[in-house]
Amino acid sequence: MKKQAAYAAFVVLLLAAAAYAAFFIAPTDARQGVVYRIIFLHVPCAETGLLSFFVCFVGNVAYVLKRDAKWDWLGVSAAEVGLAFTTACLVTGPIWAKPVWGIWWTWDARLTSTAVLWLLYVAYLLLRSLIEEPERRALLSALFGIFAFIDVPLVFGSIRWWRTQHPQPVIMGGPGSGLDPTMKAVLFFCWAPMLALMVLLMQSRYRLEAMRGDLDVVRREMETA
Amino acid sequence: MTPTDPAGIRFTHIEKRYGGLFALRRVSLEIAAGECVALAGRNGSGKTTLLRIAAQLVRPSSGDVRFTRANGQSIDGARPRTGYVAHATMVYDDLTAEENLVLFARLQGSAAPAALAERLLSEVGLRERRASLVRTFSRGMRQRVAIARALLQQPQILLLDEPGTGLDAEGLLWLAGTLRELRDAGCTVLMSLHGESEISALATRGVRLDAGSLVADTRDGAELHAIFALAGA
Amino acid sequence: MGLGLLSNTLVLLGKELRTELRSRELLTTTVIFILLVMVLFSFTFDPSSSEARRFGAGLLWLAFLFAASLMLQPCFLREQTNDTLSALRLAVSDPFAILLAKLAANTLFLLATELLMLPVFAVLYNVPVFPVFGQLLLVFFLGSLGVSVAGTALSAISAQARMRELLLPLLLLPLLTPVLVASTQVTAGLLDVQPFVQWKGVGFLAVFDLVFLTALWLFGEYLLEE
Repeated sequence: MKKQAAYAAFVVLLLAAAAYAAFFIAPTDARQGVVYRIIFLHVPCAETGLLSFFVCFVGNVAYVLKRDAKWDWLGVSAAEVGLAFTTACLVTGPIWAKPVWGIWWTWDARLTSTAVLWLLYVAYLLLRSLIEEPERRALLSALFGIFAFIDVPLVFGSIRWWRTQHPQPVIMGGPGSGLDPTMKAVLFFCWAPMLALMVLLMQSRYRLEAMRGDLDVVRREMETA
Repeated sequence: MTPTDPAGIRFTHIEKRYGGLFALRRVSLEIAAGECVALAGRNGSGKTTLLRIAAQLVRPSSGDVRFTRANGQSIDGARPRTGYVAHATMVYDDLTAEENLVLFARLQGSAAPAALAERLLSEVGLRERRASLVRTFSRGMRQRVAIARALLQQPQILLLDEPGTGLDAEGLLWLAGTLRELRDAGCTVLMSLHGESEISALATRGVRLDAGSLVADTRDGAELHAIFALAGA
Repeated sequence: MGLGLLSNTLVLLGKELRTELRSRELLTTTVIFILLVMVLFSFTFDPSSSEARRFGAGLLWLAFLFAASLMLQPCFLREQTNDTLSALRLAVSDPFAILLAKLAANTLFLLATELLMLPVFAVLYNVPVFPVFGQLLLVFFLGSLGVSVAGTALSAISAQARMRELLLPLLLLPLLTPVLVASTQVTAGLLDVQPFVQWKGVGFLAVFDLVFLTALWLFGEYLLEE
């Protein structure tokens, strides 16, 4: 427990450092002004969300093959954490888009794919809430999670090829998309606290799920006694 | 019925949980090839779950099920031919009795599905109604189709979940006769029953489940009675 | 094993077709649903030929997708009525046969309703489809196969949950985004004044089908577990 608190403090420190870097170290963008600084939150959130969904996929496959409840706990923890980061990404997107592009939402490839991704994992959690029996819930949601994750590259591919009005995403569009080296360094640094936060959240959520499992066992024992 | 290649079932520490609920608690039971076992117990005592685990339709939460040869060695690879009669009829209401049997005979790789279906329909006394949709059948007639389906592949193991359901007195007599033939031909039978009847008289062994635990197991004739007597308690 | 899978699949496909052709419940309701969407959609924009060329493909595929998410509902629910799914699992040598037969049947049903509705669409929206019928058939087939593969898998999942009737579209539709995007794109090209085939889209649909077929083959047997 103490270790956990220490780690949490470390994550807070990292987040503070990242915020400092984002506001004071990175230079102000010549065209977009201060508002562009939201990328230091927006971009790491997107990447971390995707990584969480990958962890969820690993948990899903492992559950189907091993049938150990621990993998199910990992799956649901990762899905919820991933959804939190993806939501943050979807909220910060329009906040950034409005002053820069003049519109809240644009059907840009990345935004749209992320929205579909978000819907897929909302469906995953919804499915879980509609199956009561733990073993069946674990198995069926794991199978859906597998189908959902292999769908991700197909979603990204189809949308990127056919649904983009913008020729290139504004930043990080590929080599030579012209991000200031300091900005780039800060952006990379901002990933660290997000990853640390992801681990922290997943750990806590996993522990909660494990406690629920224990509670089930205790309840059963009380019933039999 | 031709004699079958006998097979037994070995349950080792079988446990099945549905959430916080135990359907079975560490049930170990060895059924030798050729035994005819009656399974008694109240509603919800785990009889159906045990049968479904034996049929390999349900995966136990822990423990394992193995099939054994007459000499007690476990069979690896393909499961023995298993016939299963459940609460549900397990046949399609939208197909005729004959279509149902031909369908399952084909799936099981029968060489002459039509002839096999015809023979079984005669045996269960549904020859005249073979071209009617199962939907139009009474409960007893459906049960006959269900039993015919379970007998399609000359089972080595027969799992019956209250097989007398819906059958009239004549039907019960017919079922008892059929089961006796099968038992004498070496088919292993595990059947859940409520109370004594022509069918329970066939049992060579009785097992009782209570709240998912095995509480009695006997081969003694007098005690066999007791197992069912408890059922009313 | 391979031969057993094939013969089991054909026997089961025969059963699916026989039951459906006897009642025609699925085909009738699906056709009526698509017709309904087509008529209602005409009120949401000016249904002239040029507008229809722009929106027609999307209208068609959205109608197909929603119709499919309804049509796939009973796929496994029917097998629950008398627990016939257990009977099938006991009878077949490879449970993949059960899924394969279902998805083949669903593809055929979907394709049949689509082909039935295509002339109606052509007449209502004044878009000629005959010159490109062969190419349209190819897109319809690849798209319907993708919908059926994913839909069969998810209908096996949703059949075991509460609120299953509402759940299936919620699970299925986001998963089918790539099919919607690619099929609409290719169909739009075919409905153009100067029709052309977007081979990239056709290839993409084939890849989608292949990916999901493989996933179903790998994980399908677990879907049928009790």
